Amino acid sequence: MRYTVFHETKYLYNTNVTLSQQMLHMKPRNFALQQCEWYGLTISPNPNEHIERTDYFGNHSNYVAVFSPHKTLTVTSSSTVNLKPRQTISELQHSQSWETVKHLLNTQQAQHMEAIAYLFTSTNVTCRPELAAYAAPSFYANRPLIDAVYDLTQRVFKEFEFDDTATDVSTPLDEVLEGKRGVCQDFAHLMIGCLRSLGLACRYVSGYILTLPPKGKPRLIGADASHAWISVYCPIYGWIDFDPTNNCLVQNQHITVGWGRDFSDVSPMHGMVLGGGKQRLKVSVTVTPIL
Amino acid sequence: MLQPTLNLAPDLHAHYNELCDANGQTRPHWQGLIETLQHEEPAHMRKRIDAVLRQVRDNGVTYNVYADTDGLQRPWGLDVLPFILPHDEWQNIASALAQRATLLNAILNDIYGEQLTIKSGTLPAALVHGHAGFLRPCHGIKHINQIALHHYAVDIARAPSGQWWVLSDRTQAPTGAGYALENRTIIASAFPELFRDLKIQRLSRFFSIMRDNLAHWGRQCAAKQTESDASIMPLSSGEQPLIVILTPGPYNETYHEQSYLAGYLGFPLVQGSDLTVRNGVAWLKTISGLKPVHVILRRLDDDFCDPLELNSHSLLGVAGLTEVTRQGHVLVTNALGSNILQSGALLGFLPALCRQLLGEELSMPSVATWWCGETKALQTVITNIRELVIKPAFPHIFQHPIFGEDLNEAEIAALILKLKTHPQDYIAQESVKISQAPVLNQTSTNREHIDQRRHEETTQHILENKPEDALKSFELSSLAVGLRVYACATTNGYSVMPGGLARVASGQDERVISMQRGGTSKDTWITSPYLPNQLSLLRHTTSSRDLVRGNTYLSSRMVENLYWFGRYNVRNYHISRLLRTAIHFFMEFSAEHRAIEWPAVHKLCIWYGFMPLLDDDENIDTTDKDQNNHDDLSSEDIEDLLIKAVFSHTSNSLASNIEQFFQLAFNLRERLSSDNWRIINQMSQHFKQASLQPSLADCLLQLDDTNASLVTITGFTLDGMTRDQGWRFMSIGRRIERLQFLCALIQHALMMPAESHLEWLLQLNDSIVTYRARYSAQPEWLPMLDLMLMDENNPNSMMFQLKDLLKYLVEISATYNGGGNEGRIIVCLESLKALDPDIAFNNGSQLLASWLQETYQASVEISEQLSLRFFSYSGMHNNSTSYAANNNGVY
Repeated sequence: MRYTVFHETKYLYNTNVTLSQQMLHMKPRNFALQQCEWYGLTISPNPNEHIERTDYFGNHSNYVAVFSPHKTLTVTSSSTVNLKPRQTISELQHSQSWETVKHLLNTQQAQHMEAIAYLFTSTNVTCRPELAAYAAPSFYANRPLIDAVYDLTQRVFKEFEFDDTATDVSTPLDEVLEGKRGVCQDFAHLMIGCLRSLGLACRYVSGYILTLPPKGKPRLIGADASHAWISVYCPIYGWIDFDPTNNCLVQNQHITVGWGRDFSDVSPMHGMVLGGGKQRLKVSVTVTPIL
Repeated sequence: MLQPTLNLAPDLHAHYNELCDANGQTRPHWQGLIETLQHEEPAHMRKRIDAVLRQVRDNGVTYNVYADTDGLQRPWGLDVLPFILPHDEWQNIASALAQRATLLNAILNDIYGEQLTIKSGTLPAALVHGHAGFLRPCHGIKHINQIALHHYAVDIARAPSGQWWVLSDRTQAPTGAGYALENRTIIASAFPELFRDLKIQRLSRFFSIMRDNLAHWGRQCAAKQTESDASIMPLSSGEQPLIVILTPGPYNETYHEQSYLAGYLGFPLVQGSDLTVRNGVAWLKTISGLKPVHVILRRLDDDFCDPLELNSHSLLGVAGLTEVTRQGHVLVTNALGSNILQSGALLGFLPALCRQLLGEELSMPSVATWWCGETKALQTVITNIRELVIKPAFPHIFQHPIFGEDLNEAEIAALILKLKTHPQDYIAQESVKISQAPVLNQTSTNREHIDQRRHEETTQHILENKPEDALKSFELSSLAVGLRVYACATTNGYSVMPGGLARVASGQDERVISMQRGGTSKDTWITSPYLPNQLSLLRHTTSSRDLVRGNTYLSSRMVENLYWFGRYNVRNYHISRLLRTAIHFFMEFSAEHRAIEWPAVHKLCIWYGFMPLLDDDENIDTTDKDQNNHDDLSSEDIEDLLIKAVFSHTSNSLASNIEQFFQLAFNLRERLSSDNWRIINQMSQHFKQASLQPSLADCLLQLDDTNASLVTITGFTLDGMTRDQGWRFMSIGRRIERLQFLCALIQHALMMPAESHLEWLLQLNDSIVTYRARYSAQPEWLPMLDLMLMDENNPNSMMFQLKDLLKYLVEISATYNGGGNEGRIIVCLESLKALDPDIAFNNGSQLLASWLQETYQASVEISEQLSLRFFSYSGMHNNSTSYAANNNGVY
């Protein structure tokens, strides 16, 4: 599948911003299952500084600084992405039990180096017994890992309500677990917290999903903005992605921008401004399949 | 005579005795000190002790304790007796610690580089990936000479066997080297003969090595800056690179040390907001523009250094700093990310890491430590838990040490459960019996005596007057001592400071050595077989070519603080005098017969916000309209308002203005003399110690007191402070504040009836003495206004303020190519001179009132323009210093 992605972020300020320094994670990365064929980044006003680099997790990051006074900052990120087919749930039937995976991660760290980074508490996700307890019904003894994670994905989808007024980027996980509502980012953090609290490796994936559904199918939740889901480490299959917001194993409608331990590693845009007063944010995302 | 050995019978079962050997004989390196003490005249010893106490106080050596509710600062605890180690023993310690620093630096390079130690299993991944101090954006940053650990401190202690152990490593932003230096200055002067005879090694060379190496690397950064941006001028030969100390600010517990080191090393002390990042370079915002910074010696935790790439919640850092270090355009010491080594869990893995990375055995063992994250270790810990101390494995976990021996069965069970639930978060250490050294302490009677006194001066007084009592009240005792040792990186390995900060356990729990918990400190003396290097740091390095006669790097923040320091000094002076006048008027007249001058006093009180606005006031605030008519406030109301104006903590009171002034002074610590600082500190303390229900009499006492202090502070300011550009801004602040007061005072006075008494006006303006010397009769309008407005010899006159202000503004404009806006003042001056006294200098004069209004407005605008131009310099036109973070979420 090939897609074009158009992602516009606009900050509107009350008064002039005289210095703006921003960190972007917007350019889709390349990996076995995805090729970014074309990418364009436009920033208005034109930035005085622009540095692109690859971060610790292998994602593209862009540092931009604008020194000229401005009341609007617009960042437009466009790309053409080619997705390779992923394994379906029926092809993932032979994973080891989750206890075995946990044991391997604990005892054979050298063989599983790339997973080790995603085992521990991180900025937005604190491992807690409460999270392990929530996950427990899905993780009964000797259950195959993929089976258990898929079950947890379905439970999060059913038991939590999507509500974009209930939380913001700083809402702690406890509150999400308590209130049983949130947005894709909260659900991803919740699942990551559950899996890590059980001793499994799990990462946060930032990206987009198809905006307009195929004929006769409902529009996906979270399609008008950036999206987030999770990826769990399974020694024999590698990293397998699940989307608790849409109750699915990730197939060919998710475009990956990057991954990290949680939102804070790959937030699409964050930074500091000098001046500006009150700010308003407008984000729009359009993902279109290329037929 | 002191009999030190009597109280110090060695306890062979537990502690190593630093002073005596197993036979009770004084060890050779202590003999000189002990002989001195034994032959000491009591009065002489008294003098030594007094000198130490006085110097700690006079130097203002303090340690801030965040949780301390009594006030921000605690005097530094310093024992008179040094801690002594012989040269040969020290050689072994120093080389072991240099090896350890080399090892830790190698580990840092590996963690932020290839991670071979993790891949090979020598270093458990959890100690890196599970450590909140692992800053991933810093991975891959190249360091000059592969040095990431530039400053290293290590806590060591001696085991009962005599062997030295490492208790913990400090790799983030090690504190205490400055305190060690200050301890040395104080103690060496208390025992000058002994210090010379024992040939104690000097500390200054260590600091000069550190400075020279930082400067060397700074030059390399300067060259890189020029290489990438031709508009940045290369350093000329002899020009020093700009090295700054980045402080978290005055509330940090070791702020005093930071300002002391800044002064000693000659590095500007800056806060995050003083720096800005542009085009891959970190710049210092000074009043003469942006200056490229070459080295940042940080005292800020590494993740707080950059809100953009590291901790986005930090308000203390410099956005974009990580990228500047990545480009090699600034040296940050220690390297960002070095906090990762501050983990007790690491201790157990160091021997293997040392073999892997250095191919050597680790010279100095660490205290036996088990990281519970290893299954086997956890078992060992649980089996032996009663003999162990449980501590958090990582600095981000807050938990005081738990001693297994203190716990009952239920508590042990709960602790074990906790360890099993989060094994990776805990370490267990052997409960250490560390060595004891002699401490000269005050006996309990004397201590109680002192505790009863509020002020150190009183103590001082008692001590000086009763030497015979004092003699009895001091004796030696033994207390547990740990040593913090410092090392700095050089281009040629690590250099270890010959000495260190000896820290003495507080009496209550000798298992814990902590300045936070009320421990005290000692100077550490290393004897030397050689003649010490007699050169002090400054003499050693300064030639006539390097002489600096102005503060080259005056930061905008410093200048802004100085300006407001000047304004608040004068403002508080006027407020305290006004309140005194108001209270006198109030007490001398009954409610039925208020003086005809009272409305003017009342309105001045309103102007300063001490009393509510009047309904008939033309400036009435519309929100106040529904309130009662305040024209006839009851006597009780007025009394209440006056007391509140002095003591309450609402925004306009004298107490809160004094607090503002104190905060400004606190931020200017490194520019104030210790005497000056002490007066300011005392003045502010007096407000905090005020009674809960003060009377008007209390108010008068407080006002007299405050007034006297403010006059003294003004004296210090005029006499003692360097006349640099910063001083000019402070003087401008003083003049503008007085000018505004005069405008308000005279404007309100002009509305009084013609027959009013005028003495109080002259009193308030501090011109009554001059007036009486010139005119013998009752004050009259014309001569009074002439004295207060036109007389340029009267330092409280309008003319004096305007002329002085003009002089400073012209100087500012000349130095900074404009910005003084002196034109406004010239206009005010000329129009004042043009006023005809016979016509204008009378009560009710509209001419004068409108001149006052214009002049007041001019001063407000000048203040705003100075602030725009100099106080928030960012290289662009902006008037906002508020940083806002944005972080857009995803859905």
